This record gives sequence, structure tokens and C-alpha cells, in this order.
Amino acid sequence: MSTATQSPAKTPRGPKPKRAFSPANIMIYGTLFVVSIYYLLPLYVMVMTSLKDMTEVRMGNIFSPPVEITFEPWVKAWAEACTGINCDGLSRGFWNSVRILIPSVVVSIAVASVSGYALSFWRFKGSELFFNILIVGAFIPYQIMLYPIVIILRELGVYGTLTGLVMVHTIFGMPILTLLFRNYFASVPEELFKAARVDGAGFWGIYVQIMLPMSLPIFVVAIILQVTGIWNDFLFGVVFTKPDIYPMTVQLNNIVNSVQGVKEYNVNMAATLLTGMVPLVIYFVSGKLFVRGIAAGAVKG
Amino acid sequence: MADMSQSTPTREASPAPSSKPPLRIFRNLNAKLAATPMILTALVIFVGCSVWTIVYSFTNSRLLPKTNFVGFDQYERLWSTKRWMIAVENVAIYGILSLIFTMIIGFFLATLLDRKIRFEDTFRTIFLYPFALSFIVTGLVWQWILNPEFGVQKIVRSLGWESFTFDPLFNAEIVIYGILIAGLWQGTGLVMVIMLAGLRGIPEDIWKAAKVDGIGTAKTYTHIILPMMKPVLVTALVLISAGIVKVYDLVVAQTAGGPGIASDVPAKYVYDSLFQRQNLGQGFAASTMMLVMVVIILIPYFYLQYGGKKAK
Repeated sequence: MSTATQSPAKTPRGPKPKRAFSPANIMIYGTLFVVSIYYLLPLYVMVMTSLKDMTEVRMGNIFSPPVEITFEPWVKAWAEACTGINCDGLSRGFWNSVRILIPSVVVSIAVASVSGYALSFWRFKGSELFFNILIVGAFIPYQIMLYPIVIILRELGVYGTLTGLVMVHTIFGMPILTLLFRNYFASVPEELFKAARVDGAGFWGIYVQIMLPMSLPIFVVAIILQVTGIWNDFLFGVVFTKPDIYPMTVQLNNIVNSVQGVKEYNVNMAATLLTGMVPLVIYFVSGKLFVRGIAAGAVKG
Repeated sequence: MADMSQSTPTREASPAPSSKPPLRIFRNLNAKLAATPMILTALVIFVGCSVWTIVYSFTNSRLLPKTNFVGFDQYERLWSTKRWMIAVENVAIYGILSLIFTMIIGFFLATLLDRKIRFEDTFRTIFLYPFALSFIVTGLVWQWILNPEFGVQKIVRSLGWESFTFDPLFNAEIVIYGILIAGLWQGTGLVMVIMLAGLRGIPEDIWKAAKVDGIGTAKTYTHIILPMMKPVLVTALVLISAGIVKVYDLVVAQTAGGPGIASDVPAKYVYDSLFQRQNLGQGFAASTMMLVMVVIILIPYFYLQYGGKKAK
């Protein structure tokens, strides 16, 4: 109010304010709304189905909300659903995934951040060549490398073990993560590095005391990227582990697509939601950082 | 970028006097040690393992890899196998349609979000959340929605259209389109975000100039903005295509390759040959063909990206 009276002589600047309900706006919001329904529908269907009991699933349609809400399917999916002879539910897969996830994320990020750091400040003969091979390698279909890696892991005595899978995740996370860190460290002023060198700091000293503290945001981006990526992995889990340490995605697929027994769709949907929960929570909590992570991976890749 | 491996000026400043000049290989030793995992990954895994598989694709290995070379036999067998032809046809249909639709939908949604609307963050969150979910989850939920007994087909029928048929996952002719619906749901959000970033990089002046010339909004987008976004479009194209060749989890979860072998894809053919059917030679040959597909896709990309100027 007061600002308007202060400069009455000035002509208004900027575009003419649009009416809230112009035809164009109605079109835009209408379209966005309709498209949103398509995107939200599967989530809605999953939640609704998982809260019905089987008789209601058979009677009603998948879009109708449950008449009587039951959490039975959730309990069953978590603690009783069967894969083969094991009937201790998805909880087994969940904890397997957690056991895979933590070391994989830590090791892959530690290795890649140091590589990115070396590539930015401590280039040596051939370092750029190796980096370029790494980036091109990111496009090679995994399928062509699966069998030789099985042989290598078997020779090392870690095929089918947690250690082996952690190594595989570290290897295949390396291109994108190294790129992420290299690009980030490239933006760190060179004077900072030179000053530390003059003060006598070495390779690890500069990394731990200077680079680590100032690169926390990129570490968060890398963690988001890796946690969702490794949690959602299916191929490596199924190729490089044995049934007793199958990750959650593999176990979920085995539960839902098993041919034995009566199909319990409500339990299946509860199990599917449980598996999707971890990345979804990360996505909704991290918001813009998640977008930044995939953009960093996408636009530079 | 200055070459940082030249550490001579700083060495003069370091207080500890070195007795004799260190050997060449020991210079910058820590960096080399730290980069060892990266070097090993690049050389042993990406180059070594790929070459190994290509070499062994010319052998008649079955249960175990053997060095009994048989020329192009495996490739001849591969291309005369019906299942492989179906897999290639599927990935071609899925790939072309998913490229077209993902690009169009992604760009369209990005332009809508670019119109300085309210709740932009909310809409973006809604369009992108499927991308956070795994292909397994995506495949399973769409398997449920497309289930003819309970899902879309039943609902339309219960509305009175008794003869309505929509059972893509049980019809060999159209099963790949059922997978496409799920794939688009999962992947379009990513392309939208990339396109939106591209749109935001267009200078405001372009819009003013277009307005002065009396060009409509839609036409400005398709005729002026779109050609300016070439780098972003190429990035999106490469991303989608690289993902398409690898498509595996989605098919396994949604149809397990069925009905029969109607929704098989190359990645699944490779996995089954290697780990289920003890036919290593076929698996190696098929995975080599997958690499060839990726190379064919990537050549135009590198041409577009580095074509004009000499690389670096």
C-alpha cells in the first residue's frame, strides 16, 4: 500500500499481471491436474489394495477405497510371506538390503570421492585417459561384464557373499560418482590447494582437512544417489548373491511372482509398498537435493 | 586447467630437504595409490571383462567357458533363434515408442511447469516420484492395474461396456505396450526435469523478442526454444536410449517375459542363457550384440557432441 503511493508517477514495470482464471491458466492447471492423476493413480491403488482383505479385493474394484481397513496384509507381507521354503516375510530381504546398502554406500563414495579428488588436483600421466574410459564404460551394458565378474569374484573367493556385492556396487557406482566429485572439486579455487601445499600438507592431509569439510553438500547428493540406486538394484542382487542374502527387490519379485499357492494381491501390494518405501521417503524428504543428484548425473553424463 | 602433477615449485617450498630426486613412478605416489580402484575398474572391468566376453563369444562354451573357437557360429545361431528375434523386435518397439513419447511428454510437462505457475514444486514432485521407485516396484504395480480380472478391464466392463477388452499383459500381440505404459510412468519425470532445466537456461530476451514479433506461446516453444535446446535434448536422448538397451527388471517383474516368450528383451535373453540355460556362448554373443546396439546409438551422439570442433 505505502509503496504504491510513494512512486505514483512511475509507469508500472514488468508484465501485466495476469488474471488468475484466464482461459490459458485453466488449460494449464487442468492439464497438470489430469496428468497428476495418471502419475498418482498407481500409488493410490497400491495403498488401497494393501488395506483391504482378500474377499473385498475380489468383490470390489482396484480404485475403490476399502470399506473396512485392515493392516493384516502389511503384517503378513513383513513377517509371514513365503519365498520358497522360507516363510519369514520381507523383513529378511529388508535387513539384507540394509546390510548391503550401508557398506556399499560408504565404500563406493569413499573410493569415488578420493578418485575425483586425485583427478582434480593430482593428475598424473594417463589419469585423464582412465577417467575417459570410466565415463565411456558407464554406457556399456552390464550384461556383457556379468560373467567375467562372476569368475573374478569366484577367484577372489567372494562370489555370492556380501563383500562381493559391495565390490560390484562400488565398481558400477564409480563412473557417475567420480564424475560428480571431479566436477565439484574442479570448482574449488586452485589458490586454496596451492596455499595448503605451501604449508606442507600432502595428498591425504589436504583431502581430509580442506576438501572433506567443504564438500558436504556433494556428499549428501552422492549419498541420495547411491542409496536409491543400490536399494532399487535387482540385476546385481540376483546375479551376485545367494538366496540367503537376496536383497529386498529380489525377494519381493520372488514373493509376488511365485507360481505356487493362492495369489494374495493385498499382501503383494503391501510388500511392494514396503520395498518402495525407503526410496520414496528419501525422495520426499530430500526434495531439491534429489533433483540435483539426478540432474548432476544426467546433464554431465 | 593447469596440470597439477607438476609439483616442482611447491617442492622448493617444502621444508624437508630431499636427499635425492625420487623415481618417476614414485612421484605423486599417493594420488596413484588413491586412484588404483578407478584404474582397475576402467581397465580390468570395463575394458578387460568386455573384451573377454567378446573373445569368448566366438567359442562354443556351454556350461563352462572353453577356448574352442568356432568363428561366427554363435552369432548365426543367435540370429536364427526365434526368441532372440522377438527380443530384438520388442526392444526396438519399446525403444522407439518410449523415446518418442518420453521426449514429447517430458517436453510438454516441462513447458507447462515453465509457465510460472503456482504449486510448481508440488507438480514436479508428483511427476518425478515414480523415478525414485525401482523397476521391480513399477512392474508389479502395473501388473496389478492391468490385471484383467481386477484392474482397468474389469472396471470398464462393470460400467456397462461388457465386451471391453484390455489385457495387454496376457496378449502376446500387445504385451510390449503394457510394459511401455509402466516404463513411461517411471521415466518421463526425469526427462521433464532435464528439459525444465534446459528451459530455465533460455535467456529472457528470447521471449521478449518473440513477443515483439507477435509469435504465440506455443509456436515460440516449438519453433524457437526447442531448436535452442539441442544440447539438453541430446543428453535426454542418450539417457533414455542407454536405459532402453538395459531394460530388464521391468520385464522380469511385470511379465517375466511372458506370455510365453512374447515380451522377452535382449537383457533377459542374456541372463537366461548365462545363468539358467547353461548356454554361455549364446549369452556372450547376445551380450556382444547389446554392446553393438549401444555403440550404434552412441556414435551419432559423439558425432553431434564433438563433431564440429576437435575433441578437447
